Parts: sequence; structure tokens; C-alpha cells
Amino acid sequence: MSKRTAEIRTAAAGPNDDIGEAKRLELYRSQMRIRDAEQRAYDLFLQNLVKGTSHLSLGQEAIAAGFGCAMRPGDLSFCTYRGHAHTLARGVSVEKVLGELMQRDNGLMRGKGGSMHLASEEHGVMGSYAIIGAHLPIACGAAWRAQYRGDKDVSVCFFGDGTTNIGAFHEALNFAVVWKLPVIFVCENNLYMEYTPIGDVTAVPSPAGDRAAAYGLPKIVIDGNDADIVYREAIKALDKARSDGGPSLIECLTYRHSGHSRADPAKYRPEGELEKWKQRDPVKIYRERLKQFGISDRQIAEIDEAVRKEVDQATEACKAAPMPPTDILFTDVYADGGWAWRN
Amino acid sequence: MAELTYRDAVARGIAQEMKRDKDVVFLGEDIAKAGGVFKATVGLYEQFGPLRVRDTPISEQAILGAAMGAAMTGLKPIAEIMFSDFIAVCFDYIANEFPKSRYMSNGQTKCPLVVRTGNGAGSRFGAQHSQSVENWCMMIPGLKVVAPSNPLDVVGLLAAAVRDPDPVIFFEHKSLYPTKGEVPDGEIVDTLGTAKIVQPGKDATICALALMVPRALEAAEKLKTEHGIDCEVVDVRSLVPLDTQTILGSVAKTNRLFTVEENPRLCGWGAEIVSIVADEAFYDLDGPPVRITTPHIPLPAADILEDMVLPNAARIAETVRRSLGN
Repeated sequence: MSKRTAEIRTAAAGPNDDIGEAKRLELYRSQMRIRDAEQRAYDLFLQNLVKGTSHLSLGQEAIAAGFGCAMRPGDLSFCTYRGHAHTLARGVSVEKVLGELMQRDNGLMRGKGGSMHLASEEHGVMGSYAIIGAHLPIACGAAWRAQYRGDKDVSVCFFGDGTTNIGAFHEALNFAVVWKLPVIFVCENNLYMEYTPIGDVTAVPSPAGDRAAAYGLPKIVIDGNDADIVYREAIKALDKARSDGGPSLIECLTYRHSGHSRADPAKYRPEGELEKWKQRDPVKIYRERLKQFGISDRQIAEIDEAVRKEVDQATEACKAAPMPPTDILFTDVYADGGWAWRN
Repeated sequence: MAELTYRDAVARGIAQEMKRDKDVVFLGEDIAKAGGVFKATVGLYEQFGPLRVRDTPISEQAILGAAMGAAMTGLKPIAEIMFSDFIAVCFDYIANEFPKSRYMSNGQTKCPLVVRTGNGAGSRFGAQHSQSVENWCMMIPGLKVVAPSNPLDVVGLLAAAVRDPDPVIFFEHKSLYPTKGEVPDGEIVDTLGTAKIVQPGKDATICALALMVPRALEAAEKLKTEHGIDCEVVDVRSLVPLDTQTILGSVAKTNRLFTVEENPRLCGWGAEIVSIVADEAFYDLDGPPVRITTPHIPLPAADILEDMVLPNAARIAETVRRSLGN
């Protein structure tokens, strides 16, 4: 926490603020969009309108927002099955995301992917991967293309603490360093791999940070509930990647307010833990931050209202949207648009 | 026209495509400076340089994952998995990632890549370096699966695979690397999804793949000279897409079907062909379709044992002869 305190002091310096009002409002707005959309997804699940599974980022919004606001158009995001937040953070509409969760025809993939596979390449969202660790090497490949062609985009790969114990994590880290790829690995350490505390199943206290040295990378562990801190670290890592400085591994400490997935009431958590972390709710922290910087309650309320409106309108649009037509069942298996495996 | 080995045909096919298109890049273990453990990629590093021909760590997941990320964003990677048995350690990409990303994303995600891999027995490497695993890949919707039997097909099908917009698993047979064949000069591009009748005949259709093709041809020769049985040998070449028209057409002519498969028996590719023929050409058949396969066991290392279990010309000929009642 000492690092966080130090950052807040720096941030509170006022007119010399390195982030600035416009970016701060963007960071807040992004977090609120994620918060409200995720909360709505949960409500719709309770109404049996969100089908299949879903993995919410309630409580973890600052990480997706911090990176989303730091990344440039053209930079690429690689997300996990807990990827609604990162998809929204790149500017994908709430309607497209909720539509996919509700498996309607207006969804991002018209219901063919579902909650765990959100992708919107026009926004640089290069897919959400539901097999733990799979997308770290894939992000390396996208970064290899940037390096090979001299493109200046950066690939940013988000994953949970549980991912640090799977082989692909270690293969990707070594590979990225050896090839000096413009890729950023962002570990969202929310303290639980799924139901089991990450500390119970990991050899080191910081699941990502303590592995960094094995790949010649500095240990970076930050407060993932403070969007300013995330944003600054993101800018640093993006600049490093863009200037051929190679990969970064950043561990962001955070906490999910809900269970692992929609089926999980999270009863394994010790009493009081959730309440303690809710004191450090990223949205709450950021509202206070805005006020420190002289943003008025009215400005904040305006953002809240605009976000609520977007989410409400999206919800209504999704409820009214038709289910996907069955003729898409057999499309896009192969690049010719069809599914033929024989003549 | 030059006589090339199957191994040199691999390098020629890759070089042809890398010369044509700067987006074609190549990665794998020991493929660059060392020229590949099977010496199938000699000279590519020198010709195309370290940015396009890159050695990787022993990290099969990183190799296939990186190939996919590069393919999604505009390159056309060729990735080598040294032994096809190792597909098991990176099967997530083969089974879950390459073939499903386009479908799941409703057509957004592209995955134009080729995985080349050394497949098959004959080197006495035992159960984890000798398998024929083409059927592991054939069963997955979204992949294409190719296995050439001769140097000319290696060049042409490799070029077709590189130019194909879908993920293609390209099985090279390790025991075929030293075999030779005529390959014309100039650019060669074949067509995926086409089988080839490599020996016309009228009494029985023998479908074979990769190393089993020369063995089927040898058996056909034996059957003709020793028993007067005139076999048609079909080199299946491409398991997905599968050229069922050529196979059904052949069966319509010969009225008998045999498959010769190196894979262990259960769920081998021949079962699918037999099923299609039974379903669509049952009344063309004058007798039951017969599958000649490796038995359903892990492969042994000792040459005497390995030779006993792989289909060979004698076993193919004997099975066909007995089945035809000669």
C-alpha cells in the first residue's frame, strides 16, 4: 500500500497533475460504464435473460479502464472469459456486449460466441479466451507481427492470478522476452484462482510479480483498484513496448465483488473480507479522487446519468432484439463462409 | 525438371512461398540455423534471414499461439512442430483456438496459418515419436488436414496450404523424407481437398495416405503380377476437405473398398471413408469394405516389432487377395 499512498500524494499535487481533468473524466466514465453494465448483466441473469455462464469484473474495473484509457487506437487487447470489462473499455457499445450475454441477434457475435468469447476487432479487441493461458502466446504472435512490420501498436494481454500457474504463461513470458516483443502482460490478482485462494496453490506470494525475475523482468506489483496508478503504469509499459524496449509483466492487486462465475455465491471467502475490500472499491476511490481535483458533484452526476442511460437503452434494445436466426449455425466455420468439409 | 527428395521439397515449397509473399514467416524449434532436425528446412535461414525464419525455445504452446496471433493480425505463418506426437502438448491451439475463433467471433477472426509436423513410424523411435496422429486433427471442425506422399505433392500442397485462408495441419511423413521424385521447375501450386488416383485399376479401390501410398502401390503391383487382381490406388492426400467424389467414383468402378491406414484402428480416417461409402454407395459394393490399419496398440521401438504392426505391401496384398476370394 505504501506505493499507492505515494502515488496519491503525487496525484494530489493539483495543477501539476500528470493525468489531467479530461483523462480523469474518461477514466471515471469508463469505470462507471463497466460497473453499471456488469451490474445490469447480473440483474438480467437473475431475470433469466442472460444465458449460459458469465464472469463479472465488479470491483476490478480500474484495471480495464486504466489500460483502456492509456491504449491508442490500433493497440490490441486480448482478454479472458472475464472479459466484458476489457471489451467495454475499448469502446464497444454496452448493447453489443449485453446482446451477446443475452445471446441475441444484436450481440457482438450474434450469439455464436457468448459471454466468454467477446471479440470486436474494429475496436482492437482481439478476442476473449476461455482456456486459461491460451491467449498469452497469441498476444505474443500479434506483437511479433508488429515487430516484423514495424507497426507501432502494442498487444495488451489481461489474465487472472490463476493463469500464472499454467504452462502457457511461462512459455509466453520467456518467448516474449527472448524475442523482445511489444506485449504487456497484465495479471489481475483478485486473490482467488476460482474458489481457492491463490496463495494456497502458488509457490510465491506475488503470483506474477515474483515470477518476473525468472524472465529477466522487473517485479511490478501495483494497486489495481486505483485507476490513476494503473493508468500511469500502463503508459509506462506502452511507451516501453513502442520504443522497442520489449515486454512488461504487471501484477494489479484487486478483488472481485461477486463470485467467480454466475453460479458461485463465493461462500468460501472469510467473513468481512468483501466489506473490507468494498471500502477500497475502485469507483468509490475514483469519485473521491475527482473531488480532490475539483470536479463538481454535478459533473460526476452527469457522467453517472449518461452511463445509466446508455445501459438502460442497451437493456431495452437487447430485450427487444430477436434471437439469432438459425441460418447462422453453418456460417464461418471456414473462410469461404461455410462449413463444407467434403465435396 | 529435377529429382528432389521429399525433405528438399519441403524447403523448396517454403522458399517458393516466402519469395512470393513477405507476409509468410516461419518459426519452430531448430528450424533456422540448424536447418531442422530432419534437415527439411536447410538454407531458409540463410536465404530469408533471421526476421522471417526464427528459432524458438522448446515451447510448443508459444509456437502455435504466436503463429495464431501473427495470423490473426495479417501474417501467414508456417509453424513447425518437430514431431507430430508433440501436438498433444499444444493441442489447445489445434482443438480450441485455431479452428473455433472464426466461428465464435461470427467471422471476425482470421487464422491463415500452416502447422508442419513430422508424422509417422519407421524410425524406430517408439510410442511417443512415431505416431500417425492425422486423425487427432481430422475430427475438429474448422481445420484442414493434409498429408502428402511424394515430393511433388509436398511442394504443391504446401504452397496451397500457405495460400489457404484457413488453418492447415500439414503432416510430413518422417520415413518419406529421403524418398525421391521428379519435381518440375517453376512455381507449383496444387489444390487442397483433392485426392489423386495414382494407379488406375478395375477390381478394387485401395485408399491410402502418406507412407501407406507407396506400400499400397507395391501391393497393387504384387496383386497384379501374382494374382491378376487389378487394383486402383487412391492417394487421399487431403483428409479435410475430403475428396469423396474421387473415392465414390472409384468404388463405383471397382465395387470394392480397402483403406490402408498407419493410425491405430479406432477412429482412424478410413472409418470415416468406409462410413461415407456404406451410406452413399452401399449398392456399388460387392463385398464388405475392409480397413487395414495398425492395431490398436502403442507403437513399439524395436524394428522387428514395429515392422510387424505397420501395414506393409505383403499384408495389404494378402488382405485384398483373401477378401476378393482369389
